[in-house]
Amino acid sequence: MNSSHLLGITTFAYLLASVLYIAIFVFRAQKLGLIASVVTLAGFLIQTGGIILRWIESYKMGFGHAPLSNMYESLVFFAWAIAIFYLWLELKFKNRLIGAFAVPFAFVSMAYAALGTNVQQEIRPLVPALQSNWLIAHVVTCFIGYAAFAVACGLGIMYLLKDRKSSTPGLIDTLPDLKVIDDITHKTLVFGFIWLSAGIITGAIWANSAWGTYWSWDPKETWSLITWFVYATALHARFVRGWGGRKIAWIAIIGFLSVIFTYYGVNFLLSGLHSYGSG
Amino acid sequence: MEKEKNSVWSFFASVKLALFTLIILAVASIIGTLVPQNQPAEEYVKSYGSGLARLFELLDINHMYGSWWFLTILGLFSVNLIVCTIDRLPNVWRIINMNNLETETRRLEKMSSNLTLHSTLPVREAAACVKELMTAGGWSPQQAEQDGQATLFAQKGAWSRLGPYVVHISILLIFIGAIIGSLFGYKAQTYIPENSSISRVYQFGTNKAIPLDFKLRCDKFTLSNYEDGSPKEYRSELTVLDMNDREVLSKSIVVNDPLDYGGLTFYQSSFQEMQDFLVSIENESTKAKHSFSAPAGQQIPWLGTPVTFGILNVAEAGSMSRQLRYKVWFSDGNGEPSVFWLNDSATALVKRLNANYIISAKQQYATGLQVTKDPGVWGVYIGCGLMILGLYIAFFLSHRRIWVSIAAQATGSRIVVGGQSNKNKYGFEKEFDMLTNRIKQNDKIQPDKEKP
Repeated sequence: MNSSHLLGITTFAYLLASVLYIAIFVFRAQKLGLIASVVTLAGFLIQTGGIILRWIESYKMGFGHAPLSNMYESLVFFAWAIAIFYLWLELKFKNRLIGAFAVPFAFVSMAYAALGTNVQQEIRPLVPALQSNWLIAHVVTCFIGYAAFAVACGLGIMYLLKDRKSSTPGLIDTLPDLKVIDDITHKTLVFGFIWLSAGIITGAIWANSAWGTYWSWDPKETWSLITWFVYATALHARFVRGWGGRKIAWIAIIGFLSVIFTYYGVNFLLSGLHSYGSG
Repeated sequence: MEKEKNSVWSFFASVKLALFTLIILAVASIIGTLVPQNQPAEEYVKSYGSGLARLFELLDINHMYGSWWFLTILGLFSVNLIVCTIDRLPNVWRIINMNNLETETRRLEKMSSNLTLHSTLPVREAAACVKELMTAGGWSPQQAEQDGQATLFAQKGAWSRLGPYVVHISILLIFIGAIIGSLFGYKAQTYIPENSSISRVYQFGTNKAIPLDFKLRCDKFTLSNYEDGSPKEYRSELTVLDMNDREVLSKSIVVNDPLDYGGLTFYQSSFQEMQDFLVSIENESTKAKHSFSAPAGQQIPWLGTPVTFGILNVAEAGSMSRQLRYKVWFSDGNGEPSVFWLNDSATALVKRLNANYIISAKQQYATGLQVTKDPGVWGVYIGCGLMILGLYIAFFLSHRRIWVSIAAQATGSRIVVGGQSNKNKYGFEKEFDMLTNRIKQNDKIQPDKEKP
């Protein structure tokens, strides 16, 4: 048993969990609820094992480092963060319908990690620039933020779906109240915003200790700041102008598109210093 | 006049302006990532045509983040932050320090969390009892009495109302740090060949020479690779010397571990291969030792000794790696000269008639250092720390207030408890229920059965 087996099982667990959660929503099959939760939790635990094993394997190869150093490893961690964030949300708000809008993100991330043509899965040694304790702090903070934003995007979609008057009434009625979705979305955005801020800050401190420049308007840095501006706008608009409902739902979706571009688009469409994540 | 001033003030204090600048900053930053920055002018003509290239130049889009208009937006953003903070802070301060004991019972009954009880105890005893229960529950109330009515007030986390302003101030602090850094600091680079020292560095962009008040010597540069050939480590052994060539300190630096000295920081950033080779020779019996920078194909004397040597030839040691080997010619004036092959960084023992010599040779490198002087970095770091602290306070701590009003009634007293929280209402409700349950379940105070 090696780490890629475990991570392969994880991918299928998240696929199964996604199908179950969507079935709960679409067919109102409440009975599946517990199974869906158990499958997600099992997937999460197996994935945790897989990540730890990959870490150990890198040491056995003679150049040990935390499995957070390239596109593949970040996608796996992204899925892991989405899973734990969702499980926590389910526990806190006692609502499984969010699962249909959150767990698929974890599955897509794992599936892309496994199948993406430009994603290299081998464990590779760290280039000198990455040999720093800031690696863990920076990647972990960023991806916890990204995971929260992914879930917020799912909640935004859920809100807009519920808010559409025309759709079949029976199906949509099972979703939580608009006010509840709005509240959870806002809290999730706040949570993500703090971690994104911490991610940008740890990145800046790291850049300063490696290159002597904490900010160089590199496309990756700039896009993380653009994302920060988007969410800062949303939080201010809610606080002082009472923005909520559809507007916040849309910002959760637009903000996540900005996250995706920061994370993924920049690597392939714009050139810059931050090229580690692209392979 | 007064009115005009107020409207200018409220414009700069408005959140509308904050939203506007945040969106403009985001849009402008997007442009800056789509158009490559700081390229030579002909690159823009090539990619965008001469018309657009001229427009870019006119609007400084080719070095946008330092352009007058981008800095103006950042300036506007800062003014907005300052004015907004000055505008709102007094009000927040008043809320934190206000006298909450002056309140009406009617207000308590309208609060989002409230409870009315009847007790058989007279006002004073009931107040003492409730106060004790509140203190036991972690709320330490103030008390006031007026017209036979007692009021208790307790609050938690009043300071959390300052959270957003801590974040605003942290952003300003980061800007101040960045401004100090760009006014009084610089970024420069230098190359130091192994075995030599420098006392000036060259500013980025202008290439202007900046003299240092000390010397920096590179004793050794090593480049190591992983088995698959990818770079593993760039390491420079550096020594700081004062102007009289006395050694002050030595440090071995790698990419993520720079050298700090004299207000400057030296970062490992690149390297160059020199034309020369470093040859080190030690006389085994006298222990005399010397290092030379030797170009290939040149005869070099060790002054004060009969030794002469030279590198005749340089070849690749294997086809896979870039390992070099050298054909060395060596003479100490006694007998036939020795000629032998030596691998890069390897050591050879050369046995001569009168003495043995330990010889090694390696490619000479120059280490490439980035040099930063940034006297404003403390502002940026403190600002970053404050920002996280401020965000945490602003979003996760809330100002919770509980009032209790106790008034005399025909039999005993009427107790009204009211509570408010500016955030996390759900969490506060639980906290409120916990406290009111303590009061309700207390033997001395009877719960109200008649009136809901």
